[in-house]
Amino acid sequence: MILSEEQQLLKDSAKAFLSESAPISALRAMRDAGEDHMPELWTKMSEMGWPGIVIPDAYSGLEFGYVGAGVVLEEMGRTLALSPFLSSAVVAASLINQLGSEQQKEKYLPGIASGELTAVLAADETGYFDLSSIETTASASGGAYVLAGNKRGVIDGHNADLLLVVTGGDEGMSVFAIERGAEGVSCETRLIVDSQRAADITLDNVTVSGDALLGSLGGASEAMEFTIDVAAACSAAEMLGISIETFERTVGYLKEREQFGEKIGTFQGLQHRAAQLFAEIEVSKSAVLAALQALDANSEKRSVLASMAKAKCSKVVRNATEEGVQMHGGIGMTDEFDIGFFLKRAAVCRQAYGDYHFHADRFASLRGY
Amino acid sequence: MENLETFRQNTRDWLEANCPDDMRQPMRSDEDQCWGGRNWVFKSEGQKLWLERMAAKGWTAPRWPSEYGGGGLSGPEAKILGEEMARIGARRPLSSFGLDMLGPALLLYATEEQKQQYIPDIINGKIRWCQGYSEPNAGSDLASLRTKAEDMGDHYLINGSKVWTSYADKADWIFCLVRTDFDCPKHEGISFMLFDMASEGVSTKPIKLISGTSPFCETFFDNVQVPKAQLVGTLNKGWEIAKYLLTHERAMIGGFGLAGGGMKGMGQMAAAKRGTKDGRLRDASLRAEASSFEIDEMAFGLTIERITDETKAGQGTGASSSILKMYGTELNKLRQELFMAIGATDALNFDTDSKGALVRSWLRSKANSIEGGTTEVQLNIIAKRILGLPA
Repeated sequence: MILSEEQQLLKDSAKAFLSESAPISALRAMRDAGEDHMPELWTKMSEMGWPGIVIPDAYSGLEFGYVGAGVVLEEMGRTLALSPFLSSAVVAASLINQLGSEQQKEKYLPGIASGELTAVLAADETGYFDLSSIETTASASGGAYVLAGNKRGVIDGHNADLLLVVTGGDEGMSVFAIERGAEGVSCETRLIVDSQRAADITLDNVTVSGDALLGSLGGASEAMEFTIDVAAACSAAEMLGISIETFERTVGYLKEREQFGEKIGTFQGLQHRAAQLFAEIEVSKSAVLAALQALDANSEKRSVLASMAKAKCSKVVRNATEEGVQMHGGIGMTDEFDIGFFLKRAAVCRQAYGDYHFHADRFASLRGY
Repeated sequence: MENLETFRQNTRDWLEANCPDDMRQPMRSDEDQCWGGRNWVFKSEGQKLWLERMAAKGWTAPRWPSEYGGGGLSGPEAKILGEEMARIGARRPLSSFGLDMLGPALLLYATEEQKQQYIPDIINGKIRWCQGYSEPNAGSDLASLRTKAEDMGDHYLINGSKVWTSYADKADWIFCLVRTDFDCPKHEGISFMLFDMASEGVSTKPIKLISGTSPFCETFFDNVQVPKAQLVGTLNKGWEIAKYLLTHERAMIGGFGLAGGGMKGMGQMAAAKRGTKDGRLRDASLRAEASSFEIDEMAFGLTIERITDETKAGQGTGASSSILKMYGTELNKLRQELFMAIGATDALNFDTDSKGALVRSWLRSKANSIEGGTTEVQLNIIAKRILGLPA
């Protein structure tokens, strides 16, 4: 369980690039300008080929695997870089690659790999990532389909070029690729805590042609399970990065802040909590790496490990960001100080693609209880 | 070196032919372990054969050098041996503080003569060792120990006492920390010595624990004569060996946090006992706690794997044994709590037969976060040595 030389190189170069091009100050500037995404940063990431990391070589991707995507996401978590990397290049691309026909893959994947096309998964309708109760329907009408329903809280959904809409109903789960601006698609956005916007999407009898259906009608369950695994493991990697960075900043503060005439890092009450958190972060590192490796190997333990990693990292990042604020004291509560940005992004990552409770529950079911 | 796949096949064939049937059953309790030593009474012919056969190949200590009777295996080979043993559910042939603690320290610090003398008997299970570390007034503050060794010219004369000496009443020899200089900072006057527990002046007294069992002893030394050749390493530099050995002890105790091989998962065990409704464990709160526990247990097992791999690749963090010790023991305490919850009122049975095993095991686990350095001591080590927080 160690990174290969190539994976380590990618991680190092991601770290160098992100600390230079996407520091926290860039996120703050974006927020202060009233914007909700960073298109220039995405252009730069695209120039480096990152959007193609998990996409097969046959569709102009790098075919570098999920461990590769994970190490980049970990570094993104450290600087809170905002981009469609996870939502489009990893999650949506994986779903298209799993489910799409040869033609559909050729149509969408090269565009996603180059960064020019962004896609986003529009699955959840409950806010709880409960995919067992999808009410959006697709009715066949001639060679076309008519989609109707509501999707909720699709982060950055309003900026994506392509929506991967999941429908339910008696025939089972299906996925349709719908282009932005299709007639009948409307979108209301809400500002969310980490300065992004989430879109509530209404599909009002949207008519799409037959080739918008990825795979077969009602045949998406297996590909969706794979996609949930991808999303869970990769989002865990991002949370790991947030945990590590928050922790390092906090330990740095313990070594420098003085009260009662001493560095506060001399106090055992704080030392033990920091040490405990360090151990938890070490444990979550292993959880993430094992889950990513299982995706690359498509092993039978893939789903168990993915939910384990997402659940574990959700808990640890909550702890890390909470302690980050607490150990910084009053200054940690100020907007001027950066630690609060980590708390806010962590809150969003914890909810994305199923929260702790969702994945602890899924884990238990997968383990047979 | 033979190719790894050949090694795997040969190992599999050998284990298949040589591991007795009763040594392929999961251990039901600590009573099923084989500790070896002069006075050991084998529980079965299978247990005896299994130890002899594995020891003959050096596979009780797979990675130790073959010149002292070890297996001489490379890291990948040892991993394969472990996997193949797990595959057939083979028990560990020998439980031993010699293997888990003393041996690695001897390989690093002992003279050639000492290695020749002590290591083979650790590997073949002929000598059972105990650890003389803690004293009545030196527990977490181990370096303040006061058991005294005086230089009498041709030997050392030892006086003092130890406490919490695991299985001192059953051990043949002791590796012992003694004070050889009282006029210097406490870490600098400690030496590391080996001696026979049958020596005149050594006595032991088992301590009855809350679990009703007595795995630990008080150990007394009254004018015990120890030949000078039995000092390991440099006089007054024993603390370095003590610390090195402690990292192995912590790694061993941290292993308590691992899921038992071949055992059902916590959640499945709970479901079997408590029942299910719509395919889910009937008690939702227990289900949530079991799931949380299994997630940590799995992530912890992966962490041991990752740290082992990193150490082999030369990327290890020095104090990682403290992380494993702290995490693994807290996890095991939680495991025992959940066993009690699953067993419910039946689990309270304190009979001395197997019916009381659960509650005794739960009581015993409370020592996990105390022995081998408390959880709090491990947190101190992580805070200072890894995080570099100021003293």
